[in-house]
Amino acid sequence: MGLRLRHVTKRFGDFVAVDDVTIDIPEQEMFGFLGANGAGKTTTFRMILGLLDPTEGEITWNNQPITYESSHLIGYLPEERGLYPKLKVKEQLIYLGRLRGMDKETIVKEMRRWLERFKVPEYENKKVEELSKGNQQKIQFIAAVIHRPKLLILDEPFSGLDPVNVELLKKAVIDLKNEGTTIVFSSHRMEHVEELCEHLCIMHRGKPIVHGSLKEIKRSFGKKNIIIHADFSLEELRTFPGVVKAETTAEGIRLQIENEEVSQQILAHISQKGFIRKFSLEEPSLNDIFIEKVGAAYE
Amino acid sequence: MNKFWIVLSHTYVSKLKSKSFLISTIMTTLLVFGIANIDRIIEHFNKDSEKTIAIIDRTNALYEPLKEQLKANGAKEIKVVKSNKSEEQAKKKVQNEEWYAYVVLDYDEKQLPKATYYAMTIAGSDVPTQLEQALQQLKMTLATAKIGLKPEQMKELYAPIVFNKIALEKNAKTEEQINQARAIMYVLLIAMYIFVIMYGSMIMMEVATEKSSRVMEILISSAPPVQQMFGKILGVALLSLTQFVIIFTIGYTSLQNSDLLAELLGTENMPIGTILYAILFFLLGYFLYATLFALLGSLVSRVEDVQQIATPVSMLVVGAFFIAMFGLNSPDAPFITVTSFIPFFAPMIMFLRIGMLNVPAWEIAVSLLLLVGTIVFFAIVGAKVYRGGVLLYGQSSSWKDLKRAWQLTKK
Repeated sequence: MGLRLRHVTKRFGDFVAVDDVTIDIPEQEMFGFLGANGAGKTTTFRMILGLLDPTEGEITWNNQPITYESSHLIGYLPEERGLYPKLKVKEQLIYLGRLRGMDKETIVKEMRRWLERFKVPEYENKKVEELSKGNQQKIQFIAAVIHRPKLLILDEPFSGLDPVNVELLKKAVIDLKNEGTTIVFSSHRMEHVEELCEHLCIMHRGKPIVHGSLKEIKRSFGKKNIIIHADFSLEELRTFPGVVKAETTAEGIRLQIENEEVSQQILAHISQKGFIRKFSLEEPSLNDIFIEKVGAAYE
Repeated sequence: MNKFWIVLSHTYVSKLKSKSFLISTIMTTLLVFGIANIDRIIEHFNKDSEKTIAIIDRTNALYEPLKEQLKANGAKEIKVVKSNKSEEQAKKKVQNEEWYAYVVLDYDEKQLPKATYYAMTIAGSDVPTQLEQALQQLKMTLATAKIGLKPEQMKELYAPIVFNKIALEKNAKTEEQINQARAIMYVLLIAMYIFVIMYGSMIMMEVATEKSSRVMEILISSAPPVQQMFGKILGVALLSLTQFVIIFTIGYTSLQNSDLLAELLGTENMPIGTILYAILFFLLGYFLYATLFALLGSLVSRVEDVQQIATPVSMLVVGAFFIAMFGLNSPDAPFITVTSFIPFFAPMIMFLRIGMLNVPAWEIAVSLLLLVGTIVFFAIVGAKVYRGGVLLYGQSSSWKDLKRAWQLTKK
């Protein structure tokens, strides 16, 4: 059940945009798609929405193929934002909502609720072109969720927003998830995915190179980070056996190590050398994993 | 199907409420109203512009007959006065704008009238022409009197010959009917041309705006592109009909009070068949070009590129119009017959032939069939290209994108 992609491939002539993707996204789950530009995220989304037909494979939602008959169940926030510049917010949402199978009264009611929530009730009768980019994005988000979709697809939902609005939108997304919406979203911002998703997938050149639950991915990655702040030079640690990567910071050094054991060896090695203000062992960040996996795939 | 109606009504209502629609309707209505009442408008302006022409008659005999002749010719705006002043004084009066002009009448060596016309300007006025005409007629009377011809003999000399034209073909149109048909056709063809260009490009702009503002991606994820495309085309068609009804009603009511145009167009006996064919070909022509324009609109990434990509199609419409204008004078030319079967031209040319000649039913049927077939073809291709085209964004917008859009819809 939920959203299911089975061996989905999309070719444009000789170019393979999406290559044999098999993913299961259970209902009421938040799923993150990561990937560099051109990795095939948007193409995958477009296939899920039925805007493009997969060359091979099939996509189902609760065992049913997704067609225009089910468009009222699906909400979509495209990466390239767009609304009618000359239409008023209200007219805009009424039109888009009706196309998603809603009636006018419900749309107006829901619209007011959302505008209140985003603290912009005065925009109801404003033309979209009069709004700032960030506020247009709020309207766009409302257009994607006004019909209470079961499956919500958000392509880069937080790009171009200030931190306050990111929080506002993030909270809305979490609430929707708690209300039972299945959410698929893509982002360049690792911390958003880390914060919001239980499951994720890193796409690279059309292939999902990492796929699974966040915890699982971090554990199986093996490598850990240590952060050391000390009064003496730590540069010699760059060549310490087991250190994969090192990065000098303002107060010390940040090391990526092959496994947990290395950290203890390093601690033993430096403990006699002077005053250590900080020594911490940390989980790898998604950013580390992303750079490692995608970087490695380039070679 | 439900979404089709939503797109249709949204297109119709939002366009109906737009300022540009309001302005263009008012402008056209005023124009139609103006044309319908053109004779009255001209009369109104001429009323206060009676021109005083002083006549210095050196012959002392020509003034009265000239005045009579002018009156007989119906030159209302010319008022002649006899003057005994010297030429110098007369010139001053003209310069002071007391008189419009003055004319010196005299006899030439053969004792026939001759005249010299003095005015501030001799450009752009029919006053001297009218005076000359009246004098010419006066001279004719004098000259014939000199030869000794009687007025009856002169009448005989100038009587027009009897020349009848009779078409032998059954149901062929009479000379009068053809002239009338030509006038009607002329008006209808211009209307059709404006109609196709105006509403075709309206659809194209609509699609291009949706695409360039990127709202398209949400739209096509909500409703099938085919329904959207045809919802738009029909919505705009409905809009155009609304506008036409408004303009037609006002035009017709004001025509009722106008003799000039009614006479010219013969609206009283405009054949009902012509009107039906006009509606049929209007709609078919519109659907053909609207489909093409919608298809092209879906290919451009920016509104600025619309004109560029639309040019070839606009040229077809312009071409059809020029062929039709040529065809008005020789509707039976082989060239016109051939082009009346080419779907891009058929709406105008076949309609023109029907209006002016007796076209066999099978020819009309073939032309209509080809036209409808082409519309269906472009509708199918258009719907497919539209679906791919709306996802297509690129630097340039060219006809090559047609192929790319087509490929996007494939598996």
